[in-house]
Amino acid sequence: MKQYDIVIIGGGPAGLAAAVSAKKNGVDSILILERDKELGGILNQCIHNGFGLHTFKEELTGPEYAGRFIDQAAKLDIEYKLNTMVMDIRADKVLTAMNREDGLFEIQAKAIILAMGCRERSRGALNIPGYRPAGIFSAGTAQRLVNMEGCLPGREVVILGSGDIGLIMARRMTFEGAKVKVVAELMPYSGGLKRNIVQCLDDYGIPLKLSHTVVDIKGKERLEGITLAEVDSKGRPVPGTEEYYSCDTLLLSVGLIPENELSNGMGVEMNPVTSGPKVNESLETNIEGVFACGNVLHVHDLVDFVSEEAAAAGKNAAVYVKTGVGKRSGGHDIVLKAVDGVRYTVPVTINPEHMEDSITVRFRVGNVYRDCYVSAYFGEERVIHRKRQIVAPGEMEEIKLTKEQLMQYADLQEITVKIE
Amino acid sequence: MEERNLTCISCPMGCPLTVVMNGAEVVNVSGNTCRRGEVYAKKEVTNPTRIVTSTVRVEGGSADMVSVKTKEDVPKGKIFECVEALKDVIVKAPVHIGDVIISDVAGTGVAIVATKNVE
Repeated sequence: MKQYDIVIIGGGPAGLAAAVSAKKNGVDSILILERDKELGGILNQCIHNGFGLHTFKEELTGPEYAGRFIDQAAKLDIEYKLNTMVMDIRADKVLTAMNREDGLFEIQAKAIILAMGCRERSRGALNIPGYRPAGIFSAGTAQRLVNMEGCLPGREVVILGSGDIGLIMARRMTFEGAKVKVVAELMPYSGGLKRNIVQCLDDYGIPLKLSHTVVDIKGKERLEGITLAEVDSKGRPVPGTEEYYSCDTLLLSVGLIPENELSNGMGVEMNPVTSGPKVNESLETNIEGVFACGNVLHVHDLVDFVSEEAAAAGKNAAVYVKTGVGKRSGGHDIVLKAVDGVRYTVPVTINPEHMEDSITVRFRVGNVYRDCYVSAYFGEERVIHRKRQIVAPGEMEEIKLTKEQLMQYADLQEITVKIE
Repeated sequence: MEERNLTCISCPMGCPLTVVMNGAEVVNVSGNTCRRGEVYAKKEVTNPTRIVTSTVRVEGGSADMVSVKTKEDVPKGKIFECVEALKDVIVKAPVHIGDVIISDVAGTGVAIVATKNVE
């Protein structure tokens, strides 16, 4: 059986940044396993710009951003296998994978970095009544068809859900000559970034209908039209508000789900809120030497933060391989609790003895809050109290904690993060 | 006097901005909660620009399409002319990031460059 110090599952932005960082931190034996025919992951189909402002201080397109990391990985001679599907990972870090050249094979790893990313929620998750004709796509599928395969999925388009991919596709389909009639969003606020609403919808006069959803789908072979209706505060359609739109294409941009079948199979403990692994300050899961980063851990809005997080995971995996000591031993864990508007935190525990000088705790809120404070309580004491004019579910939030700060509270058991 | 309404994109606040204009001159910006809103509004009403991204076909390469962008911002009003100019363009592989596809698109003086390597 082949052996590697670090095996990384996924060659997208998270996997690439983790590999580069692990190599720079002194581990040579690294293998990336990627199921697609090229490295770069979802960035390859995200041809729009706006990536890399934090990482490279310039605005790049998705393929350019991926290209920067692919170049770095090539310069560092990082080994990878394409067209390779990982079938199973055991808790003792034996991976089973397959591809056309090697057939079915096993690899023993000392450390594993989970970087599988996420996938889109599909129609099945939404309970939309009506027929199941052709012409209903997830926004990401349409993005791949248009940008990579050069096909236009349809000419008259309605988009359900105002996630960023849906907004980006509204503009993209417009460029390709399609008519995007409306974007409908179930919630009273958009799930996408403000910038995308202005530059993808407003610029082209595409209406965004908040608190609206699709209540009927018409067409048997091919989609012929959909009916939109307004919803009340509980998300129930309001009778009498139905409006019919003829269209041949319905795109769904209704959320992303971390892809954790492999993690579940090996016994990684999951956070039901993020659908991603529970990790400590080192981005290590409950299984020693198994780390997670990027969208498989929790869905990000900005790839720059994925790269940053993945670099930390890569470094921590390198330290684990070199010292052979799990971060799970010694010291004590402080549990992070998310309450009052904060839906979750990553990480969920911090061991002050094992952390770097400072740590970024990332989280999302459950609603739009104006003129509020982001607060962190160390036990009963409020230590962080930061004024915010607005926080919204579509934009990830963060607080920074320092080792020095945490060391001052010797027996601290719990940190509560909340919106006040 | 003419009034224009915008949404600021400088931060997640998304302040609703009202710009009062006298011809091409900005007389007043209101609705913003910080200075960035004013800067954004002035640029957006006097000279709105965007990077345009799209794809063109590739012949004989490892992929059928290569992604491209305008090397710099182009005036907002020129977006569709840029997209139109790319419609029938076919390039031969290999193509590399930064390769010029069109040197001056739609009379903007801005080049269209490849944003992906296709071997």
